Amino acid sequence: MNRVLIVAEHTDGKLNAAVAKCVACAAAIPEAEISVAVLAKDGKAVADAAAAIRGVARVLLVRNPANEPALAAVLAPQVVKLAHGYGHVFGPSTTFGKDLMPRVAALLGAPQVSDVMAVESATRFRRPVYAGNAIATVEAPAGRQIVATVRVASFQAAPGGGSAPVETPSLDVELPAHTRFVSVSAARSDRPDLQTAARVVSGGRALGSAENFAVIQRLADRLGAAIGASRAAVDAGYAPNELQVGQTGKIIAPELYVAIGISGAIQHLTGIKDARTIVAINKDAEAPIFEVADYGLVGDLFTVVPEIEKLL
Amino acid sequence: MRRILVGIKRVIDYNVRVRVRPDGTGVVTDGVKMSINPFDEIALEEALRIRERGEADEVVAISVGTDDTQQQLRNALAMGADRAILVKADPSVEAPAVARALLELVERENPRLVILGKQAIDDDCNQTGQMLAALWNRPQATFASKIELKGDAARVTREVDAGLETIEVDLPAVCTTDLRLNEPRYIKLPDIMKAKKKPLDVTDMAALGVDPAPLLKVLKYEPPPQRQKGVIVKDAAELVTALKQKGLV
Repeated sequence: MNRVLIVAEHTDGKLNAAVAKCVACAAAIPEAEISVAVLAKDGKAVADAAAAIRGVARVLLVRNPANEPALAAVLAPQVVKLAHGYGHVFGPSTTFGKDLMPRVAALLGAPQVSDVMAVESATRFRRPVYAGNAIATVEAPAGRQIVATVRVASFQAAPGGGSAPVETPSLDVELPAHTRFVSVSAARSDRPDLQTAARVVSGGRALGSAENFAVIQRLADRLGAAIGASRAAVDAGYAPNELQVGQTGKIIAPELYVAIGISGAIQHLTGIKDARTIVAINKDAEAPIFEVADYGLVGDLFTVVPEIEKLL
Repeated sequence: MRRILVGIKRVIDYNVRVRVRPDGTGVVTDGVKMSINPFDEIALEEALRIRERGEADEVVAISVGTDDTQQQLRNALAMGADRAILVKADPSVEAPAVARALLELVERENPRLVILGKQAIDDDCNQTGQMLAALWNRPQATFASKIELKGDAARVTREVDAGLETIEVDLPAVCTTDLRLNEPRYIKLPDIMKAKKKPLDVTDMAALGVDPAPLLKVLKYEPPPQRQKGVIVKDAAELVTALKQKGLV
């Protein structure tokens, strides 16, 4: 039996969709027995949601006011305590998991496999390197703990319908006071979440201004899509940082990805290569985005995009 | 002395299209341009700006890597670092060993702040800063887009999935950089000449008492599966028709 502990990400009392994908990844380990750790202030709803993911054997709910908002330095020593007796400790490859898991790994003295995209055995994993220009197969030593982050775009969410028991272990850990949450400025919108949306419309440098980004918003509204952006568009201030798609931004796998005015630098393409269908709209017929697009349309986005809207 | 340590990694240049070697043992590096990891350049730029604001006295550039990395450390000195330290190690060295080597240097140098890139663009691991902070038992402020020092603490704005998060950390602490923190300066020719006279100490993992053996074994590298090239449609109508036929809109 391989015991896997997954650290749950949650915000405002809601379980992050990435957790069910981590469960799917963990379930690919032979003879996996999966626990989900929820570290929260209250956490009841989050723990119940985690318990309903099929494949989860138990949920460990650790309640502490210090656990929200999540700070890696506060969570890590608690995860280390919970990890006792587990061979694998997984978290999502989101900014939450990327921040937390290496801290956990260092405290455990364990190696970390970042961005697991496939499980080949309990110790063998595939992961992208060089912005996805190469896929490495890595082997972790047997008989010691393995920490990993899961590239959520590579996995289909495990289904619901489970009913795992929720345990509430008490942890005797000293938590540091050296790190304090101040604030978060999150754009609240009714739009689908970029990382889990079925459709994504992204804009690039060719939009030319933050005002012109409204072109992207209108099409996204029309399609019920999330909005993304290239690094160039974010650097230029046309779109906020949380919309950046690519090697150092978000890695996504929607059913439909529409790239508008994005040339397609390799760092951007690595963020979308798992998309089912890619549509590219660009003035430059030589743009590299057309090399990966299922449908390419060469033309001026300010003319073409409103036309598409009318036809939908 | 209020000191800032900055991590520098030598990587294949950002603009190079990386290719896997036919035998699967790695990627092609012969004749390929090598540079400072872009996130590390941002880290160095931030340290220099803090020093120029009078909030630090010395910036030390540190690398754990092959002897060739002296080139990148010379570039760091030309950018404005006061001195540099190279810890010689095999190219296979991993984040946990790098973090332990950095910890040894942190204990010798007593920095107020350590700034590292959030990830290296070769192995894309995104681990070293967090691991150093854990081993050092100090705060971490990862993916920083703004760093303000305020007495014995730093206020750091972080690029997170939800947007921008601000945290406050007691110093000393480890920060890792995100893209929007700053735009690194260009190196001027006279600075390259000056950099030749700046101290660059060379040591190695054994001298620091760190076991450099990798924990993970890379069995092989493969090129990623290629997407099939699609079709070019002539206008918006043809595009929408095609998407409707596939049930995508």
